[in-house]
Amino acid sequence: MVQKVVQEVAVVVTRAANLVFPKLSAKGKQPFFKVCLQLLIIVNCYAFASLASAAILAPDTVDVVYHNYDGGGMDINGPFILVRKSIGTDFSVNGHYYVDSVSAASIDVLATASEYKEERTEYAVGVDYLHDKTIVSAGFTNSTENDFEANSGFLSISQSFFGDLSTLSLGYVKGQDDVGKINNDFSEDAERDIYKIGLSQILTKNSLLDFNLEMITDKGYLNNPYRSYRFLLDSSNPSAGFGNATEVYPETRTSYAIAMRALYYLPYRAALKAEYRYFNDSWGISAHTYELAYVHPLSTRWTIEGRYRYYSQTQADFYKDLFPFQDAEKYMGRDKELSTFSDFTVGGGITYEFGQGVIPHIDKVKFTALVDYMKFAYDNFRDVTKPSVTPGEEPLYGFDAWVTRLSFTFEY
Amino acid sequence: MKTASVRHINAVFYRLFAFVILLSGLSACSDIKPWVKPYERSNLSDPIMNIDRHGAAGSYIHHVYQARESARGAEGGSGGGCGCN
Repeated sequence: MVQKVVQEVAVVVTRAANLVFPKLSAKGKQPFFKVCLQLLIIVNCYAFASLASAAILAPDTVDVVYHNYDGGGMDINGPFILVRKSIGTDFSVNGHYYVDSVSAASIDVLATASEYKEERTEYAVGVDYLHDKTIVSAGFTNSTENDFEANSGFLSISQSFFGDLSTLSLGYVKGQDDVGKINNDFSEDAERDIYKIGLSQILTKNSLLDFNLEMITDKGYLNNPYRSYRFLLDSSNPSAGFGNATEVYPETRTSYAIAMRALYYLPYRAALKAEYRYFNDSWGISAHTYELAYVHPLSTRWTIEGRYRYYSQTQADFYKDLFPFQDAEKYMGRDKELSTFSDFTVGGGITYEFGQGVIPHIDKVKFTALVDYMKFAYDNFRDVTKPSVTPGEEPLYGFDAWVTRLSFTFEY
Repeated sequence: MKTASVRHINAVFYRLFAFVILLSGLSACSDIKPWVKPYERSNLSDPIMNIDRHGAAGSYIHHVYQARESARGAEGGSGGGCGCN
């Protein structure tokens, strides 16, 4: 997997250079072009090495999180354990174990199926390598459910320069999904490529900016095999009722997301964070995310925080709450995540921490409790569980949810 | 599908990707002095100014949003993505 990731990164760099120097490659000056590209890579490697500064590996930690999501008929909880350990001065290895125990009676389940329980388990291993203060990271993640398996590998490089004022990171992820159905020999797969660019920039002694750009391409079976669209049984007589049929999604999807985060240290000891993200994909969905957060230490041990997040999106081109008849279009989807909707989150948290000397061999202990309230309002997804004489006139759907996170972090 | 516009965005993305790589290399040749000196960065190094201060708990909330919203990516931080359907 890692070898494939390295090859893919090389391909991307070559394609990128081809686009920057299209005339050179178009005129068949490939040897010269290749020399230029090799020089460029050498200059970059030299630059990364010579401008290296204060890159450091993350501290050795054990992070234990209990998470709970409760809303919209879904109850999902479980542990998330992350362990990080350095080996010598140049390497740090990490691993995590994550479980989602799902008890589902969501609107999608109630509309066409019966309640179910399932578990998703995720394992991940990774390594960070510090060389001349450049950090190269690689890792592998495996996620399994009884009807779904996802594997992914990633490679990233991060480097600070301009006297530590800027940190640039580049990343690539290759993912492979195997999609199945319970008690069925249904089997499909999907591939995913993710390209990431990040730039963190110190602006003043009290403020910094963070830019992130990410492109994701998917190929293969991108449906949820259990979901269905609904259609009128008789398009000239809507009161005759509706039927359900398996959704048909396109087999490719490309998406772009660009985000900017600003952090500001206030005149007293407190931090303000503002964030904006724009998203756009080849299915016709575009989305905006805004977030504002405030962190306020009460003492050296206690810190409180609050945040507000707003999200809105437009629907996919092939989404309809109700199709006029079966097989009405080439692609048909009625996933509520593909509809036009908005949601907001209001969250708060409290952290208690203490340092060295309290527990032997432990440098720092941190306990954090975070609670978020979310509310989703759909503009063109209707609640079919509510009785209605005529399909398409049901009330619009909406739900709210509570998310709780309890986290213990030990630095050693 | 908006194939033409996606192709255009693809081209812009790859050019930007290459531009960032070029910029990072060329920066070696320039002589820009850091305008915020290391001894002036005590506020910036305060843990409350850490953009990813909640670690695993922070990455969990990205997973919550990825499962319920169509937007994905550019959440900041590194890692291998959601791995969920």
